[in-house]
Amino acid sequence: MKHFLFAHHDNFSRTLVIALATLTIGIPLLTLLTPAESVFHCSAYTLSLLGKYLTFALVSLSLDLVWGYCGILALGHGAFFALGGYVMGMYLMRQIGSRGVYGNPELPDFMVFLNWQELPWYWLGVNHFGVMLLLVGLVPGLLALVFGGLAFRSRVTGVYLSIITQALTYALLLAFFRNEMGFGGNNGLTDFKEILGFNCQSEAVRLGLFFLSGLALLGSYLLCHAVVQSKLGRVVMAIRDQEARVRFLGYRVELYKLWIFVFAAILAGIAGALYVPQVGIINPSEFSPLNSLEIVIWVAIGGRGTLYGAIIGAMLVNYGKTVLTGLLPEAWLYILGSLFVLVTLLLPQGLVGWLRSYTKERSV
Amino acid sequence: MNRQLTQASSASPLATHEPMLDTRHGPILYLEDVSVSFDGFKALNQLSLYITTGELRCLIGPNGAGKTTLMDVITGKTRPDSGAVFFGQRIDLLKLDEPAIAQAGICRKFQKPSVFEALTVFENLELALHTNKNPWHSLFFRLTPQQRERIDEVLTTIGLRKHSQHFAGILSHGQKQWLEIGMLLMQEPKVMLVDEPIAGMTQQEIERTAELLLSLQGQQTIVVVEHDMAFIRTIADKVTVLHEGAVLTEGTMDEIHKDPRVIQVYLGAAC
Repeated sequence: MKHFLFAHHDNFSRTLVIALATLTIGIPLLTLLTPAESVFHCSAYTLSLLGKYLTFALVSLSLDLVWGYCGILALGHGAFFALGGYVMGMYLMRQIGSRGVYGNPELPDFMVFLNWQELPWYWLGVNHFGVMLLLVGLVPGLLALVFGGLAFRSRVTGVYLSIITQALTYALLLAFFRNEMGFGGNNGLTDFKEILGFNCQSEAVRLGLFFLSGLALLGSYLLCHAVVQSKLGRVVMAIRDQEARVRFLGYRVELYKLWIFVFAAILAGIAGALYVPQVGIINPSEFSPLNSLEIVIWVAIGGRGTLYGAIIGAMLVNYGKTVLTGLLPEAWLYILGSLFVLVTLLLPQGLVGWLRSYTKERSV
Repeated sequence: MNRQLTQASSASPLATHEPMLDTRHGPILYLEDVSVSFDGFKALNQLSLYITTGELRCLIGPNGAGKTTLMDVITGKTRPDSGAVFFGQRIDLLKLDEPAIAQAGICRKFQKPSVFEALTVFENLELALHTNKNPWHSLFFRLTPQQRERIDEVLTTIGLRKHSQHFAGILSHGQKQWLEIGMLLMQEPKVMLVDEPIAGMTQQEIERTAELLLSLQGQQTIVVVEHDMAFIRTIADKVTVLHEGAVLTEGTMDEIHKDPRVIQVYLGAAC
């Protein structure tokens, strides 16, 4: 019997897995083996950019589980991404040590600036890599558990749920803006020096982060695929289509929604943690509702309810964003908005759905 | 409470002396003085109803008589304003929610077929299968050969064997009704609540439905809500007539047919 991670993949899925694996291994390998002038050598800028796309694809994938499969239109998914990012940011801040502007070995610069005498309790322990890794999943997961537990138990659904998820991320945005919160306020966390003792700017670290992002995306994709192929996945799809009916079959709908919501939040947290060292900063704007809306648009454009669609959507839209914000910086938001409207009207199944029906027609 | 119920319902559906479900002293379903009102409208008005273990009871009544509300109350969808609803002697259904009631062994077929259209016929039946319904259990769930056999058996019973791998969305209305019935069977319920089973069925399908319900009689307690008088006459053992949220009368089809009150409120127009 095939291992559960590799069972039941269709052609699209297999192609995506192979492409991702090739990219994840190929790009770092080529960069290592070729001299800096070669076309196959990725510059630090390109590597970080591609690595960033990979983390966006991961958060998009996780939202697709929640929205595409479970039917919960969460408009605050970016909050989990940002929380994972902040945990990583805190770890990186503590690695700066006495190399900060004020040279305080214990306190990050912004705390010295605020005249704080000691680290707040919630900063203790994050300087250990293992603790940080644990918290990257735990913090978003716990928030999702508490928030989802309350919302799903009281059977909040549809638009109301969308609005309160948006309110959640907005509330976090405002909270993280405050200096007294102890997360660097408006400026966030930045000026990172080292990760695990290696220089954050070095090529080795950039390659490593890119590789890890690819690996995380690939692993998460296989895991999500196994989840949606399991009976749990079928129950979740049944909940999306006929929630009340599922209850009468004896399933505790709220527990299933919670399972998916927490699982997706953990994946989003991991994505955030990989994102922060590659861009070198995390600040409260990552909690902005607009970011969460963008994730929804990636999923919609790629094709919700298909895991590969979410990945392809995130990659394409972000590539478009990079190119177009360079050419026409003002136009990007209009283009994104009209793209969303057009896809919703003309391609309700997204690009992947359209591609699938196209290949099916051709084969018939 | 919940855990005990799950244990109780995991025993054979036909066993009569189970720890929680106690039907030794009379009815399996017991409703007394149940009232439900929606914005002042009394959908159920001090209704009392007793269903005995193993009986096939038909509920009839004109539109708005409270038939569907009654099913909603039993399955936990609607909470009554007052009254008592017991499953056997001990299980207070008013303290349980929908999944707990379903796990305890009261299962329902809805008026409108509500199968899961994005899943195949086989997967629909698999979802209904009587088993542990916790998310972690579902994640690692694998069908045992016996369970697979059971699904095959039900597929044969409901005549959808060759559609097993088709999406439920493409089935005809009558086939969806059958799939619903199949899902009901998969749950191995102690009490089946069947709301309008033959709506949209062909004559042949109606006959097979009647056969199926009659074949289950005695092993399972079945409550059928139906409008089709000819169908009721075929299967009815005992008929309860509801009117304005209360029981008007009970008896065999012939008895209620002669009852002047019934003729006045209901049959008068139909017959």
